[in-house]
Amino acid sequence: MSSGQLAAEPSDFVVRDPEARRRLGTTLIALVILWPLLQLAEFRPAVLFEAGNLKVMTGFLAGFFPPERGPEFLGLLFKATLETLAIATAGIALALLIAVPLAIIGTRALSISSIGPGPDRWRGNVVRVACRALLTVLRAIPEIVWALMFVRVLGLGPAAGVLALAITYGGMLGKVYTEILESTDTRPARALLQGGSGRITALVYGLIPNAAQELTSYTVYRWECAVRASVIMGFVGAGGLGQLMDQSMKMLNGGEASAILLMFLALVVLADALSSALRKALA
Amino acid sequence: MSDTVQPCTSRGAGDFCLTCLLTSAGLLAAVIASFAYLDIDFSALFSRESASGMGDFVASFFPPEAAPAFLQKTAHGALQTFATAAVGTLFAALLGVFFALPAAGRMGEAPRQLARFALNVLRSVPELVWATLMVLAAGLGPFAGTLALALHTIGVLGRLFAEAIENVPSTAELSLRQAGSGSAVAFLYGTLPLVWPQFIAYSLYRLEMNIRMAAVLGFVGAGGLGQMLYFHLSIFQQAEAATVLIAMLLLVLAVDAASNLLRGRLAT
Repeated sequence: MSSGQLAAEPSDFVVRDPEARRRLGTTLIALVILWPLLQLAEFRPAVLFEAGNLKVMTGFLAGFFPPERGPEFLGLLFKATLETLAIATAGIALALLIAVPLAIIGTRALSISSIGPGPDRWRGNVVRVACRALLTVLRAIPEIVWALMFVRVLGLGPAAGVLALAITYGGMLGKVYTEILESTDTRPARALLQGGSGRITALVYGLIPNAAQELTSYTVYRWECAVRASVIMGFVGAGGLGQLMDQSMKMLNGGEASAILLMFLALVVLADALSSALRKALA
Repeated sequence: MSDTVQPCTSRGAGDFCLTCLLTSAGLLAAVIASFAYLDIDFSALFSRESASGMGDFVASFFPPEAAPAFLQKTAHGALQTFATAAVGTLFAALLGVFFALPAAGRMGEAPRQLARFALNVLRSVPELVWATLMVLAAGLGPFAGTLALALHTIGVLGRLFAEAIENVPSTAELSLRQAGSGSAVAFLYGTLPLVWPQFIAYSLYRLEMNIRMAAVLGFVGAGGLGQMLYFHLSIFQQAEAATVLIAMLLLVLAVDAASNLLRGRLAT
């Protein structure tokens, strides 16, 4: 409609939504789906305002200020922070032990059999597919589930966290490494392989120079994620800041909880800064 | 540092790069220090008795519990996990829009900073920490998980939505405003249709992540599969735990497949 028409007969102008019927239908269907979901999720906002819950929560939150500053607790906090960092670093180091060999075996960029039809072509493909499947299985289960299981076997403490990180992050790093190696320029490696060099030589001289920056920057980014994950894993008893936070929260000690939360936020910011500095240094 | 030392990128093949060398040495030292600090006894880990202990533990998961009653309970747990994630993401998306409008700078500078700060706080506290807090506030059960997911996801989606609103061309909305429409109508008909597909895509992506997360939130008492797994592992019922683990795996795989399908559908 033109504005001239509007100006001429303003009384004829009726607001009408041409999509009205469809919108109404979609809304009704959405509500019909939403209702059982709300029931399943036991969605009852009123619980939040029940006197008992409200009292516990306000008491706990009131304890948040001021954060706990006792020297004994700060010592404990500092130790837990160091432990968290150490879990992340050691976990990534072990993850590399899993990821690097699997990535080298699994990547198509280093396939000799794909150069031309050979008698044993299927064998290489089978190995690569098996390798990828293994990487998928490793990363399919979240690290905190691994941590929960390892805590049953190895007892409370950082060992469970390190192993859990090593397994899931090994799977993730391995998958991304294979993809990075395949997405960079593979012609130098292929030329080397065609010239008769071995796989490792082709990797080191043909692929790494192109892919090194991406590989290191992804690894450092994963370390940053591992710091966060190692805090989380503490909640099931895998050591570090998370375990300390779990204890403070179970004892409803708001002051300690807020101090740990602040430490956690500072740690995340620090890991962020450190990882971007490292990426710059290694670029 | 590039004043004194040649940057790594521009060096020739045989050149010596002090920064790279020092960084690598520092990283190696950090790894060694980490292992030394944690003091994990890896030899005990791979000793014969702990290996057999580990073997016994793994063997106790098989065969997974397959009684119909338990399977039904697991299916209910899986549905509950899905419902927790879906409801949490839905509420996060709705509230995310409310935060995104001021965060995109549509209501002046002060609300913008305030909204951004709120979103940052919501986002930087992990879901599991929110869940432990919400279990205190709302009691054990999936509602606590829903709230925890919603709180964290508001932070994530609010920021993504705000960026989407900021990046979209404003010509359509401006022309509506200049033609005399109100600000709400101008947003609804000028900007919202442009950012809507992005909102949906981001929300679906978060739903996918939240389903994984919801399966785990139960560890702190927030219902669903996680609570079942934690419960059965605590009372050493590994067979039941194995069933729950399989259900978790199936749920995650199903969500992956569904979101791949949906994404392919949306892309075309």
